[in-house]
Amino acid sequence: MTEEKTQECWKWPEYRHTMPEMDWHDAKIVTAGVDVGSVGSKTVIMVDGELYACSVMRTGGVSEETALKVTNWALEGTGLEIKDIHYVVGTGYGRVNVPFAKRTITEIACHARGAHYIYGPTVRTVLDIGGQDCKAIRCDEKGKVLSFLMNDKCAAGTGRGLEVFADLISVPIQEVGKVSLSVDQEPQPVSNTCVIFAKAEALALLRQGWLKERVAAAYHAAMADRIVDLLTRVGVEKDLVTTGGVAKNVGVVQRLERLLGVKPLSPRMDPILAGAIGAALFAKALQEKELGLR
Amino acid sequence: MLAHYGYKNGSGDYFIIIDTDKCDGCGKCVEACPYGVLELAPNEYDIEEGIMVTVAEEQRKKIKYTCAPCKPVSGERRLPCVLSCEPKAITHSW
Amino acid sequence: MIAAGVDVGAKFVKVVILSDGKVLGRAKAPVGFDVWRSSSDLFENALKSAGLSRRDVGKGVVTGMGRKTIRLRPPINADEAVSEVIADAAGAFQLVPTVKTVIDVGAEEGRGIKVDQGGKVKDFVINERCAAGAGTFVEAMARALEVSVEDMGPLALKSTKTIPMNAQCCVFAESEVVTLIHSKVAKEDVAKAIHDAIASRISSMVLRVGVERDVVLIGGVALNPGFVVPLKRELRVDVILPEYPEFVSALGAALIATNI
Repeated sequence: MTEEKTQECWKWPEYRHTMPEMDWHDAKIVTAGVDVGSVGSKTVIMVDGELYACSVMRTGGVSEETALKVTNWALEGTGLEIKDIHYVVGTGYGRVNVPFAKRTITEIACHARGAHYIYGPTVRTVLDIGGQDCKAIRCDEKGKVLSFLMNDKCAAGTGRGLEVFADLISVPIQEVGKVSLSVDQEPQPVSNTCVIFAKAEALALLRQGWLKERVAAAYHAAMADRIVDLLTRVGVEKDLVTTGGVAKNVGVVQRLERLLGVKPLSPRMDPILAGAIGAALFAKALQEKELGLR
Repeated sequence: MLAHYGYKNGSGDYFIIIDTDKCDGCGKCVEACPYGVLELAPNEYDIEEGIMVTVAEEQRKKIKYTCAPCKPVSGERRLPCVLSCEPKAITHSW
Repeated sequence: MIAAGVDVGAKFVKVVILSDGKVLGRAKAPVGFDVWRSSSDLFENALKSAGLSRRDVGKGVVTGMGRKTIRLRPPINADEAVSEVIADAAGAFQLVPTVKTVIDVGAEEGRGIKVDQGGKVKDFVINERCAAGAGTFVEAMARALEVSVEDMGPLALKSTKTIPMNAQCCVFAESEVVTLIHSKVAKEDVAKAIHDAIASRISSMVLRVGVERDVVLIGGVALNPGFVVPLKRELRVDVILPEYPEFVSALGAALIATNI
């Protein structure tokens, strides 16, 4: 997890947003979820369990500053200050660095809760393919985690692996998925899941005269196979949703659909907020518990 | 909740699976493991507080190697963590 | 009788020619992109250097990752193909008759082999298909450190500090090395950490077959002194390094050929 690499991986713009026509002044419970990831940090402010304001920015180096910065940015222009928030939950890789959080909850649980909010209550399986890891989560109708799997050792099947590969065939990472779909016939997937070896295999294929599109297809096919293997461990139940940077890669997503026979749902807002949303919802539940409302 | 800790890489699938519904936080497995793979931690998965067993963060990426000495190629396999767990909350995928 | 052993590894092809069990010649070349070409060329050249031609060779055995690909390819036309485990054991036993544990670390695979008094394979464990468990890791890290592979070992041995390496995967380890260098960590300390990591992985695997003396280390990575030191430390036992460790598998194949 290096600063250099996080800057390279950062592909989406930083932003903040306040929902128009929402007011916190009459709210019973104002909560915040702060998700400090290794690449991006997000804060979500919720008013009685509805999204009110949010911010997304690059993490840079993880520190206590990060959590403060992203949260203050979310609050900008709202008239709210951190001290006005009833309950703050921290999550994500850097959750220990949210000093003003009353509690920390893992990103797994927050992701599942957040996914329910973003995609709807029918979500039962969440697949998060990030830059450096892969998470598969099974949840119930309330977004409670039933089973999960985290795979963060091996670059194969992660955004990092895709980057290495995209570099190899000189295609920008945002295009590589589309490129992989421009084949008439799906080739055999590369046999090596290890990125290092897959790279060598891809080089050999290119030398044999394979077109970029075909090599891309072979690599994406292997990636999809690998992700399905992981998913099968926890089992796939409809509805399935995908989050994380790699979820934006159509080459992977379409192949997953084909292999699983399930079409992932479309989000009604930026899925990158899933963790922070889940954290803010947990904060609401925890506040209600404290007030004896649960 | 079934928590799978570990990874899949080119050489195989390596996961330690802890069933947190069965785990009563007794900590016997933590003591039984000769390599410090397991540890007790607060339940950060739900609003309910509680203790549960988890795979230590720094161990998750290398359980294939750390657990290797307990998995001899030949001879009886006796995983101290699995054997020490009465409610049978721990399983290894390999 | 002239016997030949060809070991087609992931990175290098090795050939050993024996005459009545004594080594007549050894040759090594990179596999490159064309396994057929590089293997057959090397084979021919090795024979030529020994003043022989294919006709003079009585029996030939191939081993290594690419053995099935090149086995019947002329001029090799091997009589048999054997697995690396068998070849390793045969070669190591010949060089060190008291061997009980053979550790072979190549470019892409690491192996731990248990042999009995007669040199027969009892148990084995293979660490395959993950670059982090073999020589490719050292190579990739050498690139990240901007030193040559040959310099990695001596560089590591200069270090007196132990620093932990978190990343297990080759790809992530590369990024970690870059970060460490940027945080002004001395190159030799990083090099040591890299060797410690790979030695730790290999020794955990070997522990699965159990470590029994005498332990013999072979394969290309055995040439790396920076690896041998932490390996001995992790295994808590002395390790015998035969001469020409990267040729032991090919030697084993040639010995098997002798006894066909």
